[in-house]
Amino acid sequence: MSQSTARPSSSLRRPAILERNLSKGRSNEVSVAAYAFLFAEMLSYATKKSSGIQDMEKKLSDFGYRVGIRFLELIVFRERPGRRDTRLLNVLSFIHSTIWKTLFGKVADALEKGTENEDEYMISDNEPNITKFIAVPREMSQLSCGAFIGGVVEAVLDGCGFPARVSAHSTATDQFPLRTTILMKFDKTVLQRDKTFEAR
Amino acid sequence: MLHAILIINKAGGLIYNRDFTEGLAKLTSNEYLVMAGTFHGVHAITSRISPVSPSSGMEVLETDTFKIFCFQTLTGVKFLLITDPSQANVDVPSRRVYELYADFVMKNPFYNPEMPIRIDLFDANVQKLVRQLNAAG
Repeated sequence: MSQSTARPSSSLRRPAILERNLSKGRSNEVSVAAYAFLFAEMLSYATKKSSGIQDMEKKLSDFGYRVGIRFLELIVFRERPGRRDTRLLNVLSFIHSTIWKTLFGKVADALEKGTENEDEYMISDNEPNITKFIAVPREMSQLSCGAFIGGVVEAVLDGCGFPARVSAHSTATDQFPLRTTILMKFDKTVLQRDKTFEAR
Repeated sequence: MLHAILIINKAGGLIYNRDFTEGLAKLTSNEYLVMAGTFHGVHAITSRISPVSPSSGMEVLETDTFKIFCFQTLTGVKFLLITDPSQANVDVPSRRVYELYADFVMKNPFYNPEMPIRIDLFDANVQKLVRQLNAAG
């Protein structure tokens, strides 16, 4: 607010973010460097405030959850007003394509069904934008910074009415050392409901 | 042909060194530290004795078997590139290394500024860059 009152004559300037139209934001991009520094700061905050690696991942996932729950609202408004997915696969592909594209500018690299358990699904990203510059030191090798993305996904699933336990794992390959997989383990009510839909 | 890269922090401490050519005479790690400190001092002197100030200080050290190019950033970090004597300039390589430093060292939350750089991702990217540059001639 203070910005816009300080410079009333600059009509050519872009309006402040709170005054912009919600629906006209598709090409809004943020600098990767600014984001990388912000995320680095979030990580060191999490390191300082937590007792162990699990605790730290929990913190990151909580950060992500707060982003996801707000982001879902915005993206549903922008991309698919008046529509709500009720089937599991539709929601998964919504995350895999729409959410990923809006957040990271690209579609996620893989969407798979878990081979061992029926209720598990996985989304993989070969080079997540947010952890592009982060090399986890050896003594913390279990840490997956993708926990943040996991938090976002968990919030979106919760918000859509598909509660799941979400965790992030590094699944590095020689070609993609930063590859991260988000594992979603769905609540059994979700699968039951999906079966009921199928029977109809 | 790029033989080695050294990075010196603003206090004159060596924070990174890597050789890329096999079969060259090597210094011990202690000698590397001494060399970095000495270079830092000499660089400071050369910038002070310049008749026309302000001066950037020494930029190239040339011998009949090698050249050392020094690229100093605005923040006082020095990148030393040791090359063949036939190398004319290293404007592009030094900027690319600086870019990698900015990306993979400074944006890494686990790195403490001014401390030695032990980051796998930075190492891998520097190797890749040098391979590219040396292959291109």
